[in-house]
Amino acid sequence: MTQTLPTQPPRTPPGRRPPADPGHPPAHRGLVGLAVRIVLLAVVDALAVYGLLALAAQHKWGMFGALLVGTVAVNVIYAGKRHVPAKYLAPGVALLLVYQVYVVFYTGFAAFTNYGDGHNSDKPDAVAAILAHSETRVPDSPVRPATVVARGDRVGLLVTLPDRGVRLGWAGHPLEPVADPVYDSVGRAVAAPGWHRLSYAQIASRQKEISELRVPASEDPNSGSLRTADGISAAAYRSTLDYDRGADTITDRSTGKVYRPTSDGVFAAADGTRLSPGWKVLVGLDNFEKILTDRDIRGPFLGVLVWTFVFAGISVAVPFAIGLVLAAVLDGKRLRGHRIYRSLIMLPYAFPAFLAALVWQGLLNTDYGYVNVSLLDGAHIPWLTDPWLARLSVLAVNVWISFPYMFLICTGALQAIPAEVTEAARIDGARRGQILRHIKLPLLLTAVTPMLIATFAFNFNNFNVIYMLTGGGPKDPDAPIEVGSTDLLISLVYKLAFGGSNRQYGMACAVSILIFVVVAAISVVGLRRSRAFEES
Amino acid sequence: MRPRLLLPAVLAAATLLVTACAGGGGDKGDDKTAPPASAPAAGNGSLTVWADDARAKPLQDIAAAFTRDKGVKVKVVQKGLGEIRDDFVSQAPTGQGPDVVVGPHDWLGKLVHNGVLAPLELGDRAAAFSPVALEAMRYEGRTYGLPYAVDSIALLRNTELAPQAPASFDELLATGRRLVEQGRAELPVAVPVDAKSGSPYHLYPLQTSFGCQVFGTKPDGAYDRTRLELDGPGCQRFGPWLRGLGKDGVLSTSLTADIATDAFLKGKTPFLLAGPWDAATFRAAHVPFAVDPVPSADGSPARPFVGVQGFFVGAKSANPILAQDFVLNYLSTPQAQRALYDTGGRVPATTAVLDQVKDDPVVAGFARAAQAGMPTPNLPAMDSVWADWGLTQLAIIQGHGDPGELTGAMAGRIRAKIAAG
Repeated sequence: MTQTLPTQPPRTPPGRRPPADPGHPPAHRGLVGLAVRIVLLAVVDALAVYGLLALAAQHKWGMFGALLVGTVAVNVIYAGKRHVPAKYLAPGVALLLVYQVYVVFYTGFAAFTNYGDGHNSDKPDAVAAILAHSETRVPDSPVRPATVVARGDRVGLLVTLPDRGVRLGWAGHPLEPVADPVYDSVGRAVAAPGWHRLSYAQIASRQKEISELRVPASEDPNSGSLRTADGISAAAYRSTLDYDRGADTITDRSTGKVYRPTSDGVFAAADGTRLSPGWKVLVGLDNFEKILTDRDIRGPFLGVLVWTFVFAGISVAVPFAIGLVLAAVLDGKRLRGHRIYRSLIMLPYAFPAFLAALVWQGLLNTDYGYVNVSLLDGAHIPWLTDPWLARLSVLAVNVWISFPYMFLICTGALQAIPAEVTEAARIDGARRGQILRHIKLPLLLTAVTPMLIATFAFNFNNFNVIYMLTGGGPKDPDAPIEVGSTDLLISLVYKLAFGGSNRQYGMACAVSILIFVVVAAISVVGLRRSRAFEES
Repeated sequence: MRPRLLLPAVLAAATLLVTACAGGGGDKGDDKTAPPASAPAAGNGSLTVWADDARAKPLQDIAAAFTRDKGVKVKVVQKGLGEIRDDFVSQAPTGQGPDVVVGPHDWLGKLVHNGVLAPLELGDRAAAFSPVALEAMRYEGRTYGLPYAVDSIALLRNTELAPQAPASFDELLATGRRLVEQGRAELPVAVPVDAKSGSPYHLYPLQTSFGCQVFGTKPDGAYDRTRLELDGPGCQRFGPWLRGLGKDGVLSTSLTADIATDAFLKGKTPFLLAGPWDAATFRAAHVPFAVDPVPSADGSPARPFVGVQGFFVGAKSANPILAQDFVLNYLSTPQAQRALYDTGGRVPATTAVLDQVKDDPVVAGFARAAQAGMPTPNLPAMDSVWADWGLTQLAIIQGHGDPGELTGAMAGRIRAKIAAG
């Protein structure tokens, strides 16, 4: 939307348009313009500086660089009088980079990773999660009231025992009795000699440090370490796993089992047991290989591919035929009320497609739908639950949704054919049928072929109709992966990425790339064949 | 010279800025959900809570009280229930995720499997909650959520059509059929079945009354993912029984939840198997109804799945102490739990609050149903279990194939998927 901004008509009326030569504008306009420009650039730069500071604080250096380059470019382009074409192009290019190029490259990149459930972050996160999950409370150990106290930079835990005894300890320094603790009104120790209590705000500002604090419960390592989760109580925990940073291995303390990182992005032991979660790694062409070689995926994939072609082909051919016939019939002004017919034919096009699909889903219900109950006198035809009928229903509904568009296109194309051409044919003695076949159709096809190719590409990825009408079903309970009779490639991608049991974003991106290759090939070949661009 | 050219300039820069601040984390919704972690939580820090529309409102007031008491800002972000889990998994690693999320316990497996949850130590607070709620919030021996509401399938009965609660499912069917013969109802009982995904959740109480559980349990009460029991002896009797109901037209894969709810609302059926979600609608429409546990169909107790709503703390929260304090010491109090009940109306997970509100027959009915139930398994494998299980039910109800073979094949597929991880 915003991409069209630079080409929008100027807001100043044509009469007051600045002269083409920017060197000699009226003096007062120059001053106002300059002032406005300086103010706006200043605002932009101020925002950019804020963004840069925020990014630097988060150590997001990639984004930092991109913003810096972008800001410099904006200043260079708009500060001076030169770079006039760039002034028009820059916004569009920026939006293209952000919303198209970045997305395309990210999809391309993700297709070569194992990004998905269990592999959603980086390795340090995975190690942290594994260790946190392995930390269990020492059996039968109590949760005690605790106070977070500090001495200089050091934080410690002050634990009050039921007998008002008080223990103090800090990282690497086991709990030991405190001589003269300070109690609050409810008998809870809040300070010890040399140690002062941290206020809630102070705890809030040192949260990371406090939540990572582990105070050994005693000299015996088996008694675990005290930690506080909420800042007011503490309990002893014991970790069953140890991470060795140098060797990059995780060891199970009780069994001695050693887990090593694998190329799949998980820690795995020699016997094959794995620790969850794993992390994102590049897996090369594994995803593509799996689609093409794994029998569980390849079989359904090929079936879906064929059905996608059939669906897209019929969804173009049948609506086009219906639209063409209707357009030809209603083209002549001899039919009375042709305007009314035209408006009525446009109705299905006026509904949002996904709403129409939902309504049709209700209409086609086997036992309660209008089609079976009222139109077919109580028949129980499983329109959406029988595989072949479901395919038929999906096609029928899609034809119903899309023929008005074809009708519109054909009407426009027919009306664009000059009257002289048909008149000349008629003088030469051609009949109506001959005029249609030899004159109008060829002219019409030249005009609509690019449209047909675009419609094919659209229907190739027509997610809405499938998802809303059948959800890809009916599914065969025996199929190895969750694929139904009416699934298109795009709904298969959706199921891989968001449906089913495991989110497999990397795999879904790989299928998207395959779809892109297919659609691009068809479009290129189709457009070449039609020579649509040569003749225009 | 051309001030109008500056508009695109501003737009371009703003675009760069916005995308930069979003940290490349994804869609446009992200940047408003969490402040940049850098903004050094001025003074007392702040918390971001993700909740769906049903829970965002009750949370607002409690969050405001927390802010008053502790000076910590709590931002409640309302999101679609379907989005919360997946967005949490994808955004938590970027540091842009929420500190606390609200959701059902069956997310646990997936969330822990992705390493985005911090364990919670309930300590003595655990005594306040019903055992089924506590059990639901445990995963691999650790507790990850603070429960606040439970829900399960119960039998809703139109008291005008059927004044007596049926003692068994056979009795229920007899009553329903008699009413249909008398022309007072159109359906003997309404059991919602989704034509795409079946109805394992709604049918589970009936299935368990045949002694057919989804998983066996470990000694500590947790489900054992290696012991799938969907093809056990009870299940082998349940399949043919289900086929019979399909043949008789008692169960139909055309009877979607919408149609079933509507039938009960209009008095076209005396019985409906449903959760608490539509109870308010029936009340508003003055349908005379009572809530009872689902009766047994084959002798064993009917045990529905229990869903437990609760609060979870993010593993990568920038405010771990504040988040734990908010959840453990604030949301766990009877006052907060009562406030959540007052605005949400769900069956409380706290026994004290449940005692306060048990005069409400609907709440009491659903509470009794939940007491009889078992938590929905929170294993990550459940997604594929649901899919295969539901499809097999569809085939059985629609009369395709042999119920025994279908059941066996389903169990084989599910075991293979669980083994593949």
